[in-house]
Amino acid sequence: MFALVDGNNFYATCETVFRPALAGRPLVVLSNNDGCAVARSEAAKALGIKMGALWFQIARLVESDGLIGLSANFPLYGDMSNRMMSLAAGLGPTQEICSIDESFIGLDGMRGDLVERAHKIRARILQWVGIPCGIGIGGTKTLAKLANHVAKSAERKPGSYPANLARVCSFAVLSADEQQAVLQATAVGDVWGVGRRIGAQLKEGGVNTAWDLARLDPATVRRRWSVVLERTVRELRGQSCIPLEDAPSNKKQIAVTRSFGRSVSELGPMLEAVSEFASRAGEKLRKQGSFASQVYVFAHTSPFRPPPQFSRGVMVPLRRPTADSALLVAAAIAGMRRIYEPGYQLAKCGVMLLDLVESSLYQAELDLEPGEDRDQSHLMGTIDQLNRRFGKRTVFVGSAGVPQAHEWAMRQERRTPQYTTRLADVPIARA
Amino acid sequence: MVGDTVHAGFPSPAEDFAVERMDLTTILVTHPQATFIVRLRGDSMREVGIFDGDLLVVNRALKPIHSDVVLAVVDGEFTCKTLWLRHGRMKLKPANPTYPEIVPKDGQIVEIWGVVTATIKRFRV
Repeated sequence: MFALVDGNNFYATCETVFRPALAGRPLVVLSNNDGCAVARSEAAKALGIKMGALWFQIARLVESDGLIGLSANFPLYGDMSNRMMSLAAGLGPTQEICSIDESFIGLDGMRGDLVERAHKIRARILQWVGIPCGIGIGGTKTLAKLANHVAKSAERKPGSYPANLARVCSFAVLSADEQQAVLQATAVGDVWGVGRRIGAQLKEGGVNTAWDLARLDPATVRRRWSVVLERTVRELRGQSCIPLEDAPSNKKQIAVTRSFGRSVSELGPMLEAVSEFASRAGEKLRKQGSFASQVYVFAHTSPFRPPPQFSRGVMVPLRRPTADSALLVAAAIAGMRRIYEPGYQLAKCGVMLLDLVESSLYQAELDLEPGEDRDQSHLMGTIDQLNRRFGKRTVFVGSAGVPQAHEWAMRQERRTPQYTTRLADVPIARA
Repeated sequence: MVGDTVHAGFPSPAEDFAVERMDLTTILVTHPQATFIVRLRGDSMREVGIFDGDLLVVNRALKPIHSDVVLAVVDGEFTCKTLWLRHGRMKLKPANPTYPEIVPKDGQIVEIWGVVTATIKRFRV
């Protein structure tokens, strides 16, 4: 059994926690040099602003509708994510953090009413951190994801699904009839793992809902489409095919995380782990043709072990967007050195690449610091090829210097303070 | 990923009595995920010893009770006051007679953002 926990409009909500006056107002968070919207408040969605909307096209709404645009504040989101994730981990024994605002929890071995437990964890995250979450529970990751979609839609758009499924939805406790109704109310394109192109093909073939997809013959699906879609069909039928820690990568951010087989307390193995994760994340990054601007590194102890507990993460900004493994690894190492402290039995760590830009759209700067940003794309392509051909980690970055964090290099005109990560930036209260 | 370590020779005589140095963070922060630091501006709380420029340790995990010092949100702004909760009514009281009480008007929402559990004052760095 799995649960999927994710924060609603995560970046926008993080901003609202520290600026309560923004609650209920149309708000977008801008990324890529304030170029496009990467998060929207409910009120901003109601204005018809789409994900990825270009700021210059929606800026007119500032005057007409009071739209607020804020520069993405990654240090803040990283810290709020860390708080949220470590509370979400209390749902079950294993956790896979798949992005900054989303994690799967393995629920095997958990006793008692899981829905009630999920409601309690949700309430705790909301009260302690200020972030409202949706929680979906299901026998497979695809069903947990679908249940999460139901939980959020039922809250956001009353009438889309039964109201009692809002906020927390467990597919597992529904009757067969209710399950069918939920699958029939879910568009095939909203199923995890069904991309836009496949979704359109399916619709052409008369497969419109998750229910239609679940009823296809898996062998036929494999022949006509792919093993991946076959896996989705089986998962929709309740047959678990995707284990934890093997999620398809999200296009907007790339995460490589892992729970250790046994706990680790020395710095050396932690540095090795994050170096490897950063290399693998870099590989995924290049495969989708993106550059990353921020590297988030985190580590924590198991929430099921007695104290002392440790849960820390740090956002390392890059000098400029890059897909160079050497720079990504160096940033990850710098981050781990920053958060590491001896004396803790660490159970998990990970590396996330954020603030991704398409490499084709990346606007190069005049190179004033020669040596740091040599074009490494050819070298990196060769490394990826060697690793594909001869196995993972055939060739990897052996050592790397520590890059300086040049925050000034980023264009962030609407930047909010780093409320939780810099003393000079803490919120102000009047008395 | 981690090799086994082999302990050779005599065990450290100190091991059984291992103690750790007191850590200010663990003293001040009981709920790390729920704890935030906020800076106070103004002098309406001086009679409880909170002055302009002090840092507030704010815990969102605690249920606010009568006479707690709290961080509240009034009209979208953070304010620090003493919580007065009696007979099903709520108000925010300053700790300085020259400031008025804040009594929520009909329909006005006053949110208690967190409970102030400590203040940090620094006299020099």
